[in-house]
Amino acid sequence: MLNDEDRIFTNLYGWEDFGLAAAKKRGDWDGTKAIIKKGREWIIEEMKASGLRGRGGAGFPTGMKWSFMPKESDGRPHYLVINADESEPGTCKDREILRHDPHKLIEGALIAGFAMGAHAAYIYIRGEFYNEGSNLWKAVHEAYDAGLLGKNAAGSGWDFDVIIHRGAGAYICGEETALIESLEGKKGQPRNKPPFPAMAGLYSCPTTVNNVETIAVAPTILRRGAGWFAGLGLNEKNAGTKLFCISGHVEQPCNVEEEMGISLKELIEKHCGGVRGGWENLKAVIPGGSSTPMLPKDVCDSIPMDFDNLREAGSGLGTAGVIVMDKDTDLIYAICRLSQFYMHESCGQCTPCREGTGWLWRVMRRMVAGNATVEEIDMLWDVTKEIEGHTICALGDAAAWPIQGLIRHFRDEMEVRIMEYRKAAA
Amino acid sequence: MPKLTINGLEVEVEAGTSILQAAEQLGIEIPRFCYHDKLTVPANCRMCLVEVEGGPPKPAASCAMACGDGMVVQTESEMVKKARKGVMEMLLINHPLDCPICDQGGECDLQDQAVAYGFDRSRFEENKRAMPDKELGPLVKTIMTRCINCTRCVRFAEEIAGTPVLGQFHRGEDAEIGTFIEQLVETELSGNLIDICPVGALTSKPYAFGARSWELKKTESIDVHDAVGSNIRVDSRGREVMRVLPRLHEDVNEEWISDRTRFSYDGLNKARLDRPYIRNEDSGKLEEASWDEALAFIAEKTKGVKGENIAALAGDLCDLESMVALKDLMEGLGSPNMDCRIDGGRFDASVRRGYIFGSGIAGIEEADAILLVGTNPRMEATMVNARIRKAWLEKRIPIALIGEAADLTYPYEHVGAGPDDLVKLAKDYAKKVKAEKPMIIAGAGVFAREDGEAIHAALYEAAEQLGCVKEGWNGFNVLHNAASRVGALDIGFVPQSGGKGFHDIIAGTKDGSVEVLYLLGADEFDAKEAIGWQSFVVYQGHHGDHGAQRADVILPGSAYTEKDGTYVNTEGRAQLGKKAVAPPGQAREDWKIIRAISERLGHVLPYDTLIQLRERIKTDWPHIADIDVLRASHWESFGVKGKFLSEPFRSPVTHYYLTNAICRASETMAACTESFVTEESKVLEAAE
Repeated sequence: MLNDEDRIFTNLYGWEDFGLAAAKKRGDWDGTKAIIKKGREWIIEEMKASGLRGRGGAGFPTGMKWSFMPKESDGRPHYLVINADESEPGTCKDREILRHDPHKLIEGALIAGFAMGAHAAYIYIRGEFYNEGSNLWKAVHEAYDAGLLGKNAAGSGWDFDVIIHRGAGAYICGEETALIESLEGKKGQPRNKPPFPAMAGLYSCPTTVNNVETIAVAPTILRRGAGWFAGLGLNEKNAGTKLFCISGHVEQPCNVEEEMGISLKELIEKHCGGVRGGWENLKAVIPGGSSTPMLPKDVCDSIPMDFDNLREAGSGLGTAGVIVMDKDTDLIYAICRLSQFYMHESCGQCTPCREGTGWLWRVMRRMVAGNATVEEIDMLWDVTKEIEGHTICALGDAAAWPIQGLIRHFRDEMEVRIMEYRKAAA
Repeated sequence: MPKLTINGLEVEVEAGTSILQAAEQLGIEIPRFCYHDKLTVPANCRMCLVEVEGGPPKPAASCAMACGDGMVVQTESEMVKKARKGVMEMLLINHPLDCPICDQGGECDLQDQAVAYGFDRSRFEENKRAMPDKELGPLVKTIMTRCINCTRCVRFAEEIAGTPVLGQFHRGEDAEIGTFIEQLVETELSGNLIDICPVGALTSKPYAFGARSWELKKTESIDVHDAVGSNIRVDSRGREVMRVLPRLHEDVNEEWISDRTRFSYDGLNKARLDRPYIRNEDSGKLEEASWDEALAFIAEKTKGVKGENIAALAGDLCDLESMVALKDLMEGLGSPNMDCRIDGGRFDASVRRGYIFGSGIAGIEEADAILLVGTNPRMEATMVNARIRKAWLEKRIPIALIGEAADLTYPYEHVGAGPDDLVKLAKDYAKKVKAEKPMIIAGAGVFAREDGEAIHAALYEAAEQLGCVKEGWNGFNVLHNAASRVGALDIGFVPQSGGKGFHDIIAGTKDGSVEVLYLLGADEFDAKEAIGWQSFVVYQGHHGDHGAQRADVILPGSAYTEKDGTYVNTEGRAQLGKKAVAPPGQAREDWKIIRAISERLGHVLPYDTLIQLRERIKTDWPHIADIDVLRASHWESFGVKGKFLSEPFRSPVTHYYLTNAICRASETMAACTESFVTEESKVLEAAE
């Protein structure tokens, strides 16, 4: 279990004020100038050494991502874009940062922006986060008033602006290139890659898109040293701390900052008061937000929560939005509901996702009732494979994986449902 | 230059080439729906997936993936086939299986690819999606349920046509193509939406349910609705033209054609002159006659008329051969009175460089600054306008206009209205133009006024001062709007020495100096009003239009789809039109009619076949005998300096959909006028 002194988000629960004065008491904006004075190279190297991996879901090493930005500007400005369009079902970590600890994010934006040669950061905040957006807005203005943003931000000699942009409620705008399109005022549809945003992103300028949590942890890492962060967690590839969001059938659903690689069981038992009705009542867990395939109880018994172990188990850490389902859960219905979500949120640009997500949902709806054939389970699997990996962005994969997880681990339950339906019909 | 291997074949391509294009160079076809080589690349259909070895373990969209050095690509591997089958299944699940009643049937990309990658039955048990159809006007029919959301139409309207009214609305499976807010697609290029649509979502409204593509005879020909000489394919069944499609010619029309070219064909079956007529001298009414009677009547009427009292005018749609024959006949009769500039144009026709589109249409793409003089290219030559837009889109070149302001689909600076502004601008910028390849495009309309010769001279001066013509660059262009014009000028169908031009011939019909007037398809002026009643008028043409109304004898000729003929476009490019269908009734090919008359008049023309006639053209005018070749012409001063009128330039095309006899007979063009022109003017009136 993570020691209190190793926590980065000390106001995760909003027990203190989110304003600048309180944030400074918690250690934010401490020595920001000194960090920046150490230079771009140092910051990037330190980030690389810390082993921080992107907290938005894909887990790409952050330091490396920052280093992709051109060292010298070719005349085009560089941009930092912060993805605060947190919409993954089961995930609510960025929300807590935005409303209770926005200064961590703003300080991180300045440092990250400096490290990639950007004079401006756009924070694309989910439209539904109305109050969170207001808090962030207040915090940004506090920072401007205190000289922490704007010309010569925090006395570092680096000019830096932060612009808040509210989204309009589309899940797909959380995909980095769709987010860029939306920022540009277009319909939020993902772009083809390559070119990657670091080459041509916002307004065709070099851009890095980072998750809120990734940016918010950066100042603390740089203050306390890469070694401290790398020392936490399971191993060097899965280092540091991570915000987990546990929801579903637990006694006390919560957000909690924990060490990377904490076992799932410990996470649930220690922080959430255990599974409703006891650990033995557990049926399955979706470990990383709705798009990651579910894990059955026997895997949950021992799995550590980190990128690599979860991938080996056929799932993923994703956004670390843990959805716990006990034995009362109709898993088929639960996944059907997720299918509906992905159908609704598909942008409609590319074929497999546009056509396939609706197909998946319709078959799943029949599976819930049992009004299907056993062969259709194989067909369903086949259809998810036709979508997965064939689309422009990862939404197609995200729609396919939950169903794959269901079929992989609970096919028998689906077959029983079909038999029961037949029996009742006969 | 990256070198890569596709299916084991090595190929070296230019940097920036996509895998799909590289594969094409090797002759490997990769199926695609959304990719179109003239449009931007969205990579949304996912049909062109290929396997790139060493990359991520999933297929890549070959249309959007640039070739990298050392790449190893498989286009037919198991992974690729599986992926394409999956995409095809997804495309088909919500696509209606109405191919038997779909006009795209037989030439549908989806149909073709389904044969290669489709299943023989559907696994999709759910209800199919239906989409409401959209109203896009009288030309493009929509069946949106067939749409596969490739967005080619959206990109075409935005990029090529410059009318960004189409878009994809809503999300996911509710995504649909439409206009915001429900409006017509007002572009003279809208017919091309039909061609680029890979399925039957956008089809031709006039052609709807008319024919199946495989039962049509396909004839490659040349369009005559403007002076561009767009390459077309005429699809016919029996003696009826069923539709007109574009043909690829990168230097002329690329692969687009204008709506007038595409949709006016129904006018070919209406108001046709299908037999000779003679006007009854007592009743003043036209009466049917046989060829023999008509020719005998002409011979009788011209008997004893002196050559100098005979005149001929050639219209906008004439083929080169018939004009040569007519010129030869006039020379035989001793008449120097002839003109092809029936729009009233006055300019120096002795210097070829002074009346052709010197840079060539493709040359527009090289220009780095364009000055438009007295022209609205969008109306006068839609394909030229599309090329200017292309140049602007690629390089954002500065464009200026002297003349009437209009929406040209690209921004321009409106720097003046009349000839004085031209002279002033040329003087102001003389020797100061920074552009290396500046270009002047003057509309033919600038000459159709009394000071035409002076304006011609002023244009020469301006071209010199602005540096439009220099070593290696030919930036002086005249944009004609009649298909026959440059050919007629090239063969000298203009007043011979001492002869009368258009204005004098018209005057002569009133003062008696022109006793016999021969109109070869001359419909573009109000003949009934203009020509005096004392003249004997022979009209040879295909439609009962302006010329026929005044005629004393009507000789039924052939429209452009009914004869083999050469047309020289505004660039001076000779191209061959081919006979697709037979002319109606007793109508005959035009040069043959003139040949027949020549026999009756005792001046037999020395050719009996089209081949002999073309040989004759080759002897006198070798520069237009070569097909599809641009010959450089000498640059020397032209025009006659003089005073200008104070009035501004006006574009000669006032009604885009009603520019010639064929269009005026077309119901489709009338419907277009009603939808796009009348409605608009109604709205404007209401607003005022």
